[in-house]
Amino acid sequence: MSQEQALGAAPAAAAADHDAAEIDRHVRTYIGVFVALMVLTVVTVGVSYIDMSSGMAVAVAMFIATIKGSLVAGFFMHLVSEKKLITYTLVLTVFFFLFCLLMPGASNSYDASV
Amino acid sequence: MSTALIPYTVEPRPDTGLNNVKIGMWLFLASEVMLFGGLFAGYILVRGGSMEWPDGRSILNVPLATINTIVLISSSVTMVMSWASLMRKDFGKFKLFMGLTVVLGLVFMIIKYTEYSSKFSHGLFPATNAFLAFYFTLTGLHALHVLGGMVVNAYYWGPGAAMWKTDPQRFTNRVEAAGLFWHFVDLVWIFLFPVLYLL
Repeated sequence: MSQEQALGAAPAAAAADHDAAEIDRHVRTYIGVFVALMVLTVVTVGVSYIDMSSGMAVAVAMFIATIKGSLVAGFFMHLVSEKKLITYTLVLTVFFFLFCLLMPGASNSYDASV
Repeated sequence: MSTALIPYTVEPRPDTGLNNVKIGMWLFLASEVMLFGGLFAGYILVRGGSMEWPDGRSILNVPLATINTIVLISSSVTMVMSWASLMRKDFGKFKLFMGLTVVLGLVFMIIKYTEYSSKFSHGLFPATNAFLAFYFTLTGLHALHVLGGMVVNAYYWGPGAAMWKTDPQRFTNRVEAAGLFWHFVDLVWIFLFPVLYLL
């Protein structure tokens, strides 16, 4: 067992060095994402004071929020480099979420004001 | 004793290619999407069917919510940095960043408490109107998630960190899973903030 460990030590150390460089690269990305999220937060508040139709305001706000959300999910939650199984699970979740979101509106007989 | 342990907490499960910690957390987050998504769909339905709807800015405090957005995004960065510190085997930095994450969560909750207190003192309650009902339900549910995340993060900062000495890889995976939850809480707020306060 000790012989195995001794043999495995050198490649393990090399792998650790590789990992360290990889993590440093990740950290630089995290800082970049942080700056982008801060700027987009200011933009979100800023554009809400621009006079536009309510439909346009919703579209702009949701567009910015989707970019921000994608940055968080993609980089902080590592989705960009994650296994496909997780992506498939989330695609299925989004499908059911949209179904739940659109189903009431798709029903002509429903009138929420009653 | 070893038979009682949960399998695949460190090494990936051969069929999924992932450890059970990570896939378990993602499945839980998928159910969370449906929880918040259902309420979000309800909000759109009720708002769409209402004759009038108040402007969030006229009732809610946008500057405080903007500060809270910045606080929560910052806490997401400190959270991911605490995980990166463990990957670099720097336990001291982990303690620093995880501690900051818990403190930022606390700042968020204090600001939220100030906001709620202000509403209550002005006679604005969940039963006042549909807008406030959704505001309190959505932000209240979100605040409970922040609180839950803080408890878990505080545990890993404190007594739970003992695992770093006995099983560092497993501890790193735990912190990563706690991070996934914390980032999700941040993500939900990114949508709640414009929807409730700005539209």
